[in-house]
Amino acid sequence: MASGAKPRVKVPKTAAAGDTITIKTLISHKMESGQRKDKEGNAIPRSIINRFTCDFNGENVIDVAMEPAISTNPFFEFEALVPEAGEFKFTWYDDDGSVYEESKTIAMA
Amino acid sequence: MTLLKNTLSAVAVLSIMGAAVSAEPADDTLILNEETEMVTKTAAPSHLSDALDEIYSGWLFRGTETRAMQADDFDNPGMIFVEQAEEVWNTPEGSEGKSCASCHGATDSMAGVRAVYPKWNEATGEVRTLEMQVNDCRENQMGAEKYGYTSGDMTNMVALISSVSRGLPINVAIDGPVAETWEKGKELYYTRTGQLELSCANCHEDSYGMMIRADHLSQGQINGFPVYRLKNTKLNSVHARFKGCVRDTRAETYNPGSPEFVALELYVASRGNGLSVEGPSIRN
Repeated sequence: MASGAKPRVKVPKTAAAGDTITIKTLISHKMESGQRKDKEGNAIPRSIINRFTCDFNGENVIDVAMEPAISTNPFFEFEALVPEAGEFKFTWYDDDGSVYEESKTIAMA
Repeated sequence: MTLLKNTLSAVAVLSIMGAAVSAEPADDTLILNEETEMVTKTAAPSHLSDALDEIYSGWLFRGTETRAMQADDFDNPGMIFVEQAEEVWNTPEGSEGKSCASCHGATDSMAGVRAVYPKWNEATGEVRTLEMQVNDCRENQMGAEKYGYTSGDMTNMVALISSVSRGLPINVAIDGPVAETWEKGKELYYTRTGQLELSCANCHEDSYGMMIRADHLSQGQINGFPVYRLKNTKLNSVHARFKGCVRDTRAETYNPGSPEFVALELYVASRGNGLSVEGPSIRN
């Protein structure tokens, strides 16, 4: 696991059925592009999060392929339609094989 | 023809200068996390009455997106560093086996601390910045190594301590035992340095609100420090900023943590008495 990777998610606690809500996610990660060199001139190997997904009750909401030009601590903000109470699952996939997960439940108002 | 040419170029010069006139601070209110209303504009403290009527937080001189980013802790990248410092706060270090929390408890207990620093320390007879106080704790209470004055660890810790004071008014003392240091800071503020012969006041008192090329000059208030800068994606300390400014006048700078910068920090902080503590804020 890359050191210091820590996911954060902000989802409203409640919503009415059919509401569109705004979800914000951020994961602290250095997102080493593979383009930089260290003091000795050796390339620093690429180490990024290459995929981010969000699912709601098993149904996919968003699936993002990420590339090396994305900055440190990638932040995503997107909207989702909430048909019923349930659970959002968020997953980040690291180059080194690590998977970081977070989930948030949402109730009907 | 020559006359016409001259007139035309004179018009051209005038219109270029016309583009460089002042742009006022934004007319906006900072409400943190939809609950805490911050003071970003207020009457200048009495010691400043000759120079300024109103004081403005640097927040009002930044763009719409940058201002919005600071209004929500989730959007504020500076809070990532605050969280990192929170872990350090609770982790024992040094020969005494103590953490910050061993003596101070939860970080909430630090509320109000940032607002009154730099501050007189009776035991050592010196004016202390928050950084000096953190290092004193590490050295004498924890038996741990001192942090570098503008190091990431230090700046993150100062940001953590600052974050629990957000919304409280800056209120540094300028009289009594600190008066001498304050006067020294004031002198530095008005002293021109470097090949460009600029003092702090030339930009931040005489010309705030103007555009300096693409940058909107603020009053140079430090109520928002440590500052997350979009240009270097980390938290920046007051003294690192001072150093950058003095360097930009093309002068040899004082060192971060030097008596000169401590005095300057006290004076500049006092110019913001009444503004809310904002650190960690976001600037360009």
